[in-house]
Amino acid sequence: MPEMTYREALRAGMAEEMERDEKVLLMGEDIGVYGGTHLITDGFLDRFGKKRVIDTPIAEGGFTGAAIGMAMMGLKPVVEMMTWNFSFLAADQIIQNAAKVRYFSGGQVEVPLVIRGPNGGGVQLSAQHTHSLENMYGHFPGLKVVSPVTPNDAKGMMLTAIRDPNPVIFLEAGALYGTKGEVPEGDNAVEFGKARVAREGTDVTLISYGRQVNLCLRVAEKLEEEDDVSAEVIDLRSLRPFDSETIVESVKKTHRAVAVQEQWRWFGVASEVASIIQEQAFDYLDAPVVRVSGAEVPAPYARNLELAAFPSEDAVAKAARQVLYQEVSA
Amino acid sequence: MVPAESEHTGDGAVETQEQQQGGGSPVATDGEHLVDLYKKMVLIRTFEEATQRGFRQGKIGGYLHVYIGQEAVATGFLDAYKDGDKVITAYRDHPHVLLLGSDPKAVMAELYGKGTGLVKGKGGSMHLFDVENGFMGGYGIVGGHIPLGVGFAYAQRYEETDNITQLYLGDGSISNGAFHEAVNLSGLWGKDGMNPCLFIIENNQYGMGTSVERTTAMTDLAAKFNAYGVENEKVDGMDVEAVLEVAHRAADRVRETGKPYAVEALTYRTAPHGAADFFEKYRTKDEIKQWRERDPIGQLEHRLIERDVIDEDGIEEIKNEMKETMKEVVRFAEESEEPPLEELYTDVYTGGGVYTGEEG
Ligand SMILES: Cc1ncc(C[n+]2csc(CCOP(=O)(O)OP(=O)(O)O)c2C)c(N)n1
Ligand SMILES: [Mg+2]
Repeated sequence: MPEMTYREALRAGMAEEMERDEKVLLMGEDIGVYGGTHLITDGFLDRFGKKRVIDTPIAEGGFTGAAIGMAMMGLKPVVEMMTWNFSFLAADQIIQNAAKVRYFSGGQVEVPLVIRGPNGGGVQLSAQHTHSLENMYGHFPGLKVVSPVTPNDAKGMMLTAIRDPNPVIFLEAGALYGTKGEVPEGDNAVEFGKARVAREGTDVTLISYGRQVNLCLRVAEKLEEEDDVSAEVIDLRSLRPFDSETIVESVKKTHRAVAVQEQWRWFGVASEVASIIQEQAFDYLDAPVVRVSGAEVPAPYARNLELAAFPSEDAVAKAARQVLYQEVSA
Repeated sequence: MVPAESEHTGDGAVETQEQQQGGGSPVATDGEHLVDLYKKMVLIRTFEEATQRGFRQGKIGGYLHVYIGQEAVATGFLDAYKDGDKVITAYRDHPHVLLLGSDPKAVMAELYGKGTGLVKGKGGSMHLFDVENGFMGGYGIVGGHIPLGVGFAYAQRYEETDNITQLYLGDGSISNGAFHEAVNLSGLWGKDGMNPCLFIIENNQYGMGTSVERTTAMTDLAAKFNAYGVENEKVDGMDVEAVLEVAHRAADRVRETGKPYAVEALTYRTAPHGAADFFEKYRTKDEIKQWRERDPIGQLEHRLIERDVIDEDGIEEIKNEMKETMKEVVRFAEESEEPPLEELYTDVYTGGGVYTGEEG
């Protein structure tokens, strides 16, 4: 199977859909002449022309709203948020229009829209440029929210997102744009609402999404080596719709679970995971589900503080040992 | 445009100048004052070059936006700063805070992510802050700081001071809704003399890789303020003397009337947008070269020598001195300690309180 980077996979997904479907167009800041701040759309302007690759001013609210309008007219815009941090300026359009217009029009219109861009932190961008917004957008009925972590899913979920007749919030793992993985040739569309078992195991389930999945995989190896513990790692990858079944099945097997997220603990995805497990697998649990989250502070700049603000290998390992009763909770 | 008498009351005394209707003629500042401005611009340039080295060495993280090529703008305008005034800008904020008197060591230490940094290592390059010296911050969201500055100006009149706010913004922020909402408010409140806000557009021709022509069909950025009843003009932002003249006249006027005023400074960033802007596909080498010929530091240097204010040796001496100073600045940043881990949980709420999310 051919290998490609996460970046190339996104590019392939968008380009193939643009070739296949003339209704698909791209818009965003510096995506054309500049080639995209993260070079995701490099070469697209030359290939598809400026009618389909629109460089916008720094006007997130305006161009996202215009994209929603285009979508209501039957076009299929793929909007780049240079980073999700800037989507707060577009949040009114996303939440008040994209998520709801189908409902309040009594089903007369649809919004086949994708909004994509890098989500999450980790490179010292500090408070205003470090957010993980899956819980925020996941909160609103009418939006779909996905967060691929492998190149295969980056491409396959991009295909699905563009084809979906609903607005899709496509949260990319910005820190992983350069990472490589196998991607089959041709149409590898990945269905939304299906989690991925990233590693099989029998003793404890580590549940995560985005770049934290890789952290969980590293911790799983460490637990294997140091404690002879077999950890299963689940990559949620689709947060709305959500795959309860895969998690519940795993917990029925392992009886222990740790939910890991980069975002803040309160009102987050990990809380949802813990709640679903206690509702649907209570009798199988041998320990309370533990959440590992980002520190409850705006993101700091200094490297040492930033590292302390995000889930670490040690924190996840400690949580795993806690649910395995190898370590007593503080 | 209202002719005004420009009186400089800052530390480097300047003769009062009669301004002609329409302004535009350089203030005949004395030599000493010009040399002082020259030193300030060299400080900014030398500081910025040191930050670029630090970034390349991996000692500075995150984003880094430098002011190289634009020095005359902030240097000229902040010459009109008076105690109690407030200054606010976006993320290209190193020069403003240095000109207001922050210790370059603390600024550099901030970029190095150290506990001795200006904001304790918590903000980095984009979020410098020095309230004591009138600097109300560096902000990372394009356009997001503009309403805040309008609020500062209202508060200044609410408290019946004669202070003003200098609000710096980029050409790119003109497309943002916050700009239009805030300037409208400023114009409206200004009718009652309640908004002494001096808007300074640092039009460096580009917002990242997008030129002004590719961002708006009406490229006269000063004229955008007409829609909100805010009087405005343009200035050659590569010429510190021209900036100086407008700065004092505009600041005096805003101070006197409590009405906002806007100046579009035409300038150019000869450096890349950010330290990670490698390709610069959006502009030509020739364009950069042409602007470089109008480099604000080079221009002033030339004039100082021509007018016999200083000779080439004097210029060399200033530059060498600054290089030596910068070595110490960098050494301080390098040798400082990282912030203690306890800092992670401070400053979240006023009144302290450590809220980790672990309790209860
Ligand atoms: C709301 C928002 N959108 C996008 C960005 C990313 N971004 C950072 S700087 C920049 C360009 C801004 O240009 P301008 O206002 O002209 O300021 P300059 O960098 O030229 O000083 C962009 C698009 C941002 N920080 N905030
Ligand atoms: Mg600009």
